[in-house]
Amino acid sequence: MASTTITAVAPDSTNAPQAKTAKGVLVRTRSSQSGIWVGIFAITMSFAALTSALIVREGTSDWAHLALPPVLYLNTLLLLASSGTFELSRLRLEANSGDSERGRRSGMLWLAATLGLGVAFCAGQYLAWENLRAQGVYLATNPNSSFFYVLTFLHVVHVTGGIAALLYLMGKLGWGRKQARRSTFDNTAIYWHFMGALWVYLLLLCVIKL
Amino acid sequence: MPETSAQQAHVHAPPEGFLRKYVFSLDHKVIGKQYFALALVAVFTGMFLSWLMRIHLVWPNAKIPGLELMSKVGAPGGIMTPEYYLSLLTMHGTLMIFFVLTNAPFAAFGNYFLPIQIGAEDMAFPRFNMMSFWTTFVAWVVLMLAFVIPDGPPIAGWTEYTPLSAIGRDAGPGMAWGASLWGISIAIFCIGSLLGALNFIATTLDLRAKGMTLMRMPLCTWAWFITSCIALLAFAVLLPACILLILDRHAGTSFFIPGGLVASDRLQPHSGGSPLLWQHLFWFFGHPEVYIAILPSMGIVSHVLVNSMRKPLLSSKVVIYSMMSIGFLSYMVWGHHMFLSGMNPLSGLAFSFPTLTITIPATILTLIWLGSLYGSNLQINSASLFALGFISMFVAGGVSGFFLAQPSIDIYLHATYFVVGHFHLVMGVASLFGVFAGTYFWFPKMTGRFMNEGLGKLHFWITFVGAYCIFMPFHYLGLVGNVRRYQSFVDDYMAPYLGLHKFITFAALITGAGQMIFLFNLIYSRFKGKLAPDNPWNGTTLEWSVPSPPPWNNFGGKHPIVYHDPFLYGVKGAKGDFIMQDSPEPEPSSGD
Repeated sequence: MASTTITAVAPDSTNAPQAKTAKGVLVRTRSSQSGIWVGIFAITMSFAALTSALIVREGTSDWAHLALPPVLYLNTLLLLASSGTFELSRLRLEANSGDSERGRRSGMLWLAATLGLGVAFCAGQYLAWENLRAQGVYLATNPNSSFFYVLTFLHVVHVTGGIAALLYLMGKLGWGRKQARRSTFDNTAIYWHFMGALWVYLLLLCVIKL
Repeated sequence: MPETSAQQAHVHAPPEGFLRKYVFSLDHKVIGKQYFALALVAVFTGMFLSWLMRIHLVWPNAKIPGLELMSKVGAPGGIMTPEYYLSLLTMHGTLMIFFVLTNAPFAAFGNYFLPIQIGAEDMAFPRFNMMSFWTTFVAWVVLMLAFVIPDGPPIAGWTEYTPLSAIGRDAGPGMAWGASLWGISIAIFCIGSLLGALNFIATTLDLRAKGMTLMRMPLCTWAWFITSCIALLAFAVLLPACILLILDRHAGTSFFIPGGLVASDRLQPHSGGSPLLWQHLFWFFGHPEVYIAILPSMGIVSHVLVNSMRKPLLSSKVVIYSMMSIGFLSYMVWGHHMFLSGMNPLSGLAFSFPTLTITIPATILTLIWLGSLYGSNLQINSASLFALGFISMFVAGGVSGFFLAQPSIDIYLHATYFVVGHFHLVMGVASLFGVFAGTYFWFPKMTGRFMNEGLGKLHFWITFVGAYCIFMPFHYLGLVGNVRRYQSFVDDYMAPYLGLHKFITFAALITGAGQMIFLFNLIYSRFKGKLAPDNPWNGTTLEWSVPSPPPWNNFGGKHPIVYHDPFLYGVKGAKGDFIMQDSPEPEPSSGD
């Protein structure tokens, strides 16, 4: 979902996106979000397929009940908070029109907080799995645990992709020209918030169905 | 229409060095050619496998020289075992459907021509594009490894129905690592296809040149766009399905394996799973997949026909809406593959209605093609011959679908050669005819040289006649009760039809040999073909406005402006009989 880096600009371009002369940290090009929404649509479809598989499988006689580890709720708060810090970083990066360097530093701090919360979420999910394993509940123990592990693991894999994108964004803002395209920021943010929304859905699914 | 300022954001540097130019290229044209080359290798491999299958069907105990080199276990002394027949059948289907019919008309030609046809310098995400090809290539390597491992490829068919595909070696030879390699390969293929589909959609939405409205896009661009929308949703479902299958096979889960299953005299240690769940997930992908295979060829054929007829189609808007309807309806019909699976008969009715409904836009398309031909000044060349051949094959294969769409008839015809004839004609051969049409049509643009016309026409007639000789008798065989996926026919009632099977086998060998003419033509013309001008077919679309072959950035750094739709052929008063899309020349008024 990261935008392609510009390495050359078309010679007759009248809308040079970067900026030797652009002011501010987030370069104000027209942001294209088609790619990220298309990607989100595909990911949604995958989890919809898994949901329908769960519903079909639920109808069988060996469907048990899974006691969800309480740490999941803390993880939810961490992930939702990270969406908040992401938006706070946007405010900082866009504000401070007179002193973009201060805005950049402040924005970077909030992005670092987002990163930290995201990594903490992933660690918390790992703790949840450890918690289940300590109770003797593994991937193949029963269909409920199978779906729990599959759904949460696939979600963490996608969050890891978001963390990679976040690191890329922070690299753009922290080194070299210390600028990032607006589309890079917006698309990373959209994906990050989607991870939070998807997790809320998955948690509700696990609470209600598992 | 706002200027697409995002365009210059997707320019990449001119390629330098061998690896960047020819291997890990960001250039959509190179990536398109890479997909084409992969499809070419896959199609000849798949065709070779079909030869082996056809020979075995007719001479089950024949010693095929060299076959023991392919598999000591599967063909000891060169005599194919029944299980190895099923392995070849599985790999034939998997290679052809995934690596040929998804790659060639969609990924290969789409990657090459979609950006040029909409006036873009490259795809929206060139790096994702490169990744999507190499991911697909890795998927192919993983699949081909199944030939190399001692136990051989899986025997479960390209559909890999559970529970037998999920329980491992107890299901038969090739069902240990062979089936696992299949699952891993297809999962990787899904990722590559998803990246590709995402790229196509984002490119079409964002990178159209100034003046290139959606309705001014060529019909093949529309076909690729609709196909990529279908592919995005379809492969997004197959990927988790493959993951669940792999987990059942290796992690002891029971998504698809029921309790109490005994295979090879062993009670399988699973319970509670639903084999039907795999069929639902697979065919939810599988039916849109067949439209992924056919829609791009429909677009290519429309594109070639309009050019060859020198007049627009009766209604290009209706063609676009018909393709959209096919794409939409394709998601509602998957259960027609499952009429005999044991699901509720009312579900069968529910799937039968949209299946019959989807024939309406398909028929509209056919009638528009045929109706447009009437009164046209059709130029006959290899490309237009294959375009006409597409219509013939699509209709011939499509009409048998009316029968299969009805559960009551399908009770008899399911899993017979009737189905095999239907899908080979309507999907396999028709789609390949579209690919051939596109190859002959666009070869001058891709290489700057023509393919040999004489060899092209010979290739067409051998393939056209040969395909009918092979697949038309399949319908008859199905009606008399010839079951599919049998490695030989030992029942008494099949005895009168073995002669017909022999005829089919000879037709298959001759038709296959005829494809060598195409291969020779392709390679020879690449180096020695007659030089072609930039616009050899007097085409209107943007690919004909750039040099042959196009430079790395397609339009030489300029951004084309589009003034017209792509159907201005047979224009009285225009220079030549056509007006190119980027020509500022106004359309002559039709005043009377």
